[in-house]
Amino acid sequence: MSQAVVWLTIFILSGFVGVEVISKVSSTLHTPLMSGANAIHGIILLGAILVTGYATTTLQLVIGLIAVVLASVNMVGGFVVTDRMLQMFTRRKPPTRGPSEKKA
Amino acid sequence: MTGGTPVWVQVVYLFAAVCFILALKGLSSPQHARRGNAVGALGAVVACVVVFFYGSLDHVVAILVAIVVGTAIGFVGARRVQMTQMPQLVALFNGVGGGAAALVALLELADTVDRAGVAKFTLAATAFTILVGSVSFAGSLVTFAKLQELMTSRPVVFPGLPVAFAVSFVGAVVLAVLVVTQPAIWVGSLLAVVGLVLGVLLVLPVGGADVPIVISLLNAFTGLTVAAGGYVLDNTVLLVAGTLVGASGTFLTQLMASAMGRSVTNILFGALKGGSTLGAGVASDRPVRSAGPEDVAILLAYAHRVIVVPGYGLAVAQAQHTLRELVDLLGERDIEVDYAIHPVAGRMPGHMNVLLAEAQVPYEQLREMDDINPEFKEADVVLVVGANDVVNPAAKTTPGAPIYGMPILNADEARQVVFLKRSMRPGFAGIENELLFDPKTTLLFGDAKETLGKVLTGVKNL
Repeated sequence: MSQAVVWLTIFILSGFVGVEVISKVSSTLHTPLMSGANAIHGIILLGAILVTGYATTTLQLVIGLIAVVLASVNMVGGFVVTDRMLQMFTRRKPPTRGPSEKKA
Repeated sequence: MTGGTPVWVQVVYLFAAVCFILALKGLSSPQHARRGNAVGALGAVVACVVVFFYGSLDHVVAILVAIVVGTAIGFVGARRVQMTQMPQLVALFNGVGGGAAALVALLELADTVDRAGVAKFTLAATAFTILVGSVSFAGSLVTFAKLQELMTSRPVVFPGLPVAFAVSFVGAVVLAVLVVTQPAIWVGSLLAVVGLVLGVLLVLPVGGADVPIVISLLNAFTGLTVAAGGYVLDNTVLLVAGTLVGASGTFLTQLMASAMGRSVTNILFGALKGGSTLGAGVASDRPVRSAGPEDVAILLAYAHRVIVVPGYGLAVAQAQHTLRELVDLLGERDIEVDYAIHPVAGRMPGHMNVLLAEAQVPYEQLREMDDINPEFKEADVVLVVGANDVVNPAAKTTPGAPIYGMPILNADEARQVVFLKRSMRPGFAGIENELLFDPKTTLLFGDAKETLGKVLTGVKNL
């Protein structure tokens, strides 16, 4: 099997996994979903580190370092803010709607 | 780098990819979501640490410093942001990710032009990454500016815009083909510049209520950019992660577009045809019935069934906590109260849920549109706080209205409707709401937080 076909296979299967997984997310969590997905594409940081590590000219190094900064902002900020939001959803409150509560 | 990745590193990448899938999967329930997100973060960190331990990277210290700087910015931004500003932040983070991907592809192009025999397909993927990454970067920044109100949030259209867009688009395609046939840095750089222009032109004509959909679409763009970057760099974890985000972003975009009864192309290009800018954006002087907080308190306190329709105005006034107190108080009086959440309430999908979760409203009380719509008929009072377009019957009755076809909450079917508004100014879509002039509608003017506080006191005193 040629290399390109292997990559195409991974690409298409990942696409199906993505849609499959997302379609089960409740609309309550759509904002954290967007910011979480956002954080995941921050993995471009990996690519930024690689190309910067192989930079041969100063200009390449500078551009690479800018890419590293941008990608870190994307990745770290994305995961932290998603966590902050999800924390609010996991915090359970005692039910306040029980009609008998205050009358007792 | 091709073929140079050791097997153990590839296994680590596979681990990271699985972590990302688990992170998204965790979001299917609010209880497990936070743990899922942590798993995703773990995968990302592990994958990024591993690159330092194989291959022979230069400039390691400089790279580490850059990571620390980026981490600090991202961390502080993420901790400081207010929940109302979440859409802007997501747009901004998305933009910088796209920008990073475009820069990575440019550097990789610089590397490949020195080498002979690079596959055409790799060059095509490079061109794609440069172009779409730049579009995403510029588009996200304009979106950020619109949401942060650094510029008007209404559609910006000028006479030559369709022509400028067409010219840039053709230019981008020509340059992308050039990158493949005659790879050179200057062609790649020019492609990036045209991409930036294209990104700005793409988002400028998108107005008001449609901006959230653009955030989601640009998120998908960045995802696909990262996936293409993964192909260019021969890196599986980038490919898988990028594709996951691309697929989920596309799916979410379509979901939102259908929640607004529009097609994605109509949202992006509607303003160019002059179709979605009908809104006058001016206040009307037609007579309405208004009441004081005490009257509304009585109305609410003696109802059996109340449905609250919260909108972005609620969050702007920071009135979520007061609203929750009021709803709790009504609950204690045996009144059945629910929150009806429109899919596009707020400034991004699910935004209202986040804002109410911040005010510690249990998410069981938050009801989705399709679920609660049949119950409006039985509601004694519908309390609309800081929302407008999502209950505007024009969506059902007025063909040609910008929001025509958008599914709305059936507040007009309730026995009484109370609008809490700052003024008679129309909503985000800029169109008048007939429901405001309906005989069964009462308007309560004022700042949402202050007025709700007065209603709360009113109910307490009854």
